[in-house]
Amino acid sequence: MTLRNRELVNLLLVGLLTAAGFTAVYIARQDVVSAGSLSYAAFFLAVFVAAHVILRFALPTADPFLLPLGGLLTAVGLTMIYRIDPDLALRQGLWVVVGLAAFALLVAFLRDYRLLDRYKYILGLTAIFLLALPAVPGLGRTINGANLWVGVGGLVFQPGEFAKVLLVIFLAGYLRDNREMLSMGTGRFGMPSLKHFGPLLVIWGGAMLVLFQTNDLGGGLLYFSIFLAMLWVATARWQYVVVGLGLFAAGAYALYHVTPHVRERVSIWLDCSWTFSSACPVYDQGYQLAQSIYAISGGGFFGQGLGRGVLLTAEGNTYIPYLETDFIYAGIAQELGLAGAAGLVLVYVVFCYRGFKIALQASDGFSKLLAVGLTAAIGIQAFIIMGGVSGLIPLTGITLPFVSYGGSSVVANFAILALLLMISDRVNRERS
Amino acid sequence: MNTQVRKLFFVLVGLFVALIVMTTYWLWKAPDLEARQGNPQLIVQQLTIDRGSIVASDGRTPFARNQKVRKKQLGSTWYLRTYPTDELAARPVGYSTIERSRTGLEESMNDYLTGSNANLDTLFNNTLDKLRGITQRGNDVITTIDAKAQRTAQDALAGHCGGAVALDPKTGQVLVWASQPTYDPNLVEGHFNQIQRNAAGAPCTPAAPLLDRISQGLFIPGSTFKVVTATAALESGKVTPSTTFDDPGYCIEYGKKVLNFADQSGPEVFGTVTFAEALENSINAVFCEVGKRFGARAIIDQAKKFGFYEKPPIQLPSDEISVSGLYQNGHLYDPKDPNAVDPGRLAFGQERLLVTPLQMALVAAAVANDGTIMQPTLVDRVVDPDGKVIQRSEPDTWKQPMKPQTAAELTAMMTAVVQGGTGVAAQIPGVQVAGKTGTAETGRTGENDTWFIAFAPAENPQVAVAVALSNQSGTGGATAAPIAKEIIEALLR
Repeated sequence: MTLRNRELVNLLLVGLLTAAGFTAVYIARQDVVSAGSLSYAAFFLAVFVAAHVILRFALPTADPFLLPLGGLLTAVGLTMIYRIDPDLALRQGLWVVVGLAAFALLVAFLRDYRLLDRYKYILGLTAIFLLALPAVPGLGRTINGANLWVGVGGLVFQPGEFAKVLLVIFLAGYLRDNREMLSMGTGRFGMPSLKHFGPLLVIWGGAMLVLFQTNDLGGGLLYFSIFLAMLWVATARWQYVVVGLGLFAAGAYALYHVTPHVRERVSIWLDCSWTFSSACPVYDQGYQLAQSIYAISGGGFFGQGLGRGVLLTAEGNTYIPYLETDFIYAGIAQELGLAGAAGLVLVYVVFCYRGFKIALQASDGFSKLLAVGLTAAIGIQAFIIMGGVSGLIPLTGITLPFVSYGGSSVVANFAILALLLMISDRVNRERS
Repeated sequence: MNTQVRKLFFVLVGLFVALIVMTTYWLWKAPDLEARQGNPQLIVQQLTIDRGSIVASDGRTPFARNQKVRKKQLGSTWYLRTYPTDELAARPVGYSTIERSRTGLEESMNDYLTGSNANLDTLFNNTLDKLRGITQRGNDVITTIDAKAQRTAQDALAGHCGGAVALDPKTGQVLVWASQPTYDPNLVEGHFNQIQRNAAGAPCTPAAPLLDRISQGLFIPGSTFKVVTATAALESGKVTPSTTFDDPGYCIEYGKKVLNFADQSGPEVFGTVTFAEALENSINAVFCEVGKRFGARAIIDQAKKFGFYEKPPIQLPSDEISVSGLYQNGHLYDPKDPNAVDPGRLAFGQERLLVTPLQMALVAAAVANDGTIMQPTLVDRVVDPDGKVIQRSEPDTWKQPMKPQTAAELTAMMTAVVQGGTGVAAQIPGVQVAGKTGTAETGRTGENDTWFIAFAPAENPQVAVAVALSNQSGTGGATAAPIAKEIIEALLR
């Protein structure tokens, strides 16, 4: 079977699963859900088949699993959002269309992704500019204590999601150029000279500063982790990881004492996680996390069933605020149980496996680092938010890639998917 | 670089494994978390279960059943509780609500009512129903409560603060469980304050309409406790019903006179009487002498044989059952040194004794059932949605406080109490009633705890009953005995 036929079969399987999911929700919630909304599933499949057709022409030898995996994650998210609010699912569906359009445009017009290497500094600066946008008076919108949205007219978007992709491209190009110098190291502690390390630190420091300013802790943690992962892959020097983690710990400690927002998040985590002490402020700031943990624990091994879990109050609100975005993992654990949650995590593991495999097979440094960075971005982001809502690590608000409701997130993740497929196609063409 | 890529993959896999461990951990903690404040999981899930009904002993009159409510926004059906008989069986049935959780049988039988009892058959059916998307149905609980007699008892108690309980001494089945002031369980959800307002006219403060005065309410037993003392005396073999005592109208303890019960003409004086006559006329001086002769230890030990100092094993939540015995500073008190207790006052039920009506009904039941107390039960059977009986309570011995011989002697003595003693108000034409009155002083005039414990028919007992009232100015014979009589009549009819 050719790679593309395999992809089509996988996509059809995902389509079947989506149809089953939507039907399950429909059966459980007939009173609220219209029969017409069942067509979302068919529409969803059509959009992904269209993306598949584009790949057939543009990237015939690309990895056959990544698109179906992205489709599966999107389907799980869409089903869950559909279960919470069918209208929201329709809007998410439209965002998926926009995302796949961006995907198609990238594949069609960026014939060679290595061109990006040439513009790495511009892209890096654009990333910082995007991160700084929400801080611009009149543009920024504050939602849930973090000001990382930008509103232009009626359209609100999260520039950080796009900055993430651009930062990875910049890091891949920059680290490829300087990896020899960075990994050699001089001086007593084997640290490289400031000349090579400097620009990295500057870009990095700028990004971090902007992040602290916008109170986006999840983003800060995510970018720092991606940075460390790529630096380590590029240089093979664990000293960077140690120093990086040390720096991060020091920064976090300082932040803990300076920002009440951070202090609160940490104390909620300490109260709620593991012990779930009675101090876990059930009705105050810890309410969100407490409700999330209740939902996860109530799911049992196989869940309450799609549309049958305890997620909505009698008034139709969600028990967990931001259930459809940051906390969607808790909803999945509640309705699909430990089996469903573990399955979801497994999909991310397989996604990372395919992404890293591309990196392993890539012949040039830029492709390798780009594939690693993009894959790590998905994997680490998924871990940070799922770890946060389950109380494993302090909660920081970021989206669950492909699954959470949110236009910016969907579009950015499909851009990542397009880039990975482009690298994969090139790698496979070179190998054959 | 490839080595690092591989290692990075395993680092990520490690993190994801930790995530699954954490998620699993919360599953393991679920039983603990379910009880936490603000956790809607269990409450809402149980609202989607078609909870079983709680029914009177006739198997028809429902005390508690469900009302289907379709929640449009949720797209699901909720089952909310409704109580068709209003306040009639508010105790022992209790209530099941979203706002105020559950009490009474609604709480203690919750697993059966929701069908989550650990019965393999039920579990299997429920899992099947869940998979098929069919509403989970709970089991019905058929109580032992006689709805008509329960009505009689509630009406007879109306206007008082007190309780009345009746049971079948041969099986332990509770037939009547009445408590006043009471409440309408339909008001608990949403109109909770109305309950307190409704009870405002009750002759006691606080009115405590939610208190189950049968199993939770503590009263001073007064002379009804003489049955316990008499049991100790007769069981010793040193005293028989015909043993004679001299009653000077008082008994001297610690150099002070303890006087008999006084009427308008002053303390009664009976002179030389038999032990049987002493019980018939409830002579404190004689029982005071008996108490001094046998000592506090013997009386307390006999009380323990009746089940004092432990919670009667009945199907109610443990926190709704009080323990009978001596109390000190609000705590149950089992004296190490018997000299710390005044044996004379203990013998006629004063000292610091506090008892529940349920416990005193069990004392009467012991005499009625040849000296054996059967395990009291409020539930006759549990029936699954298909009508199959999945649990039936079988008569079981709980305590054996006396020999059958002693029980026979006490039956004769207590029959005399109703025939010509303090309990004549409980006489029923054509039925021999055996009983014992009690008028316990609380230290405030006109606020006595009054009692009547009884069983009937004396020759073949079918009913044992205890009635306790607080804040009474009359005697137990005048206030409680007529209520007991009404209940016995209703049950023997």
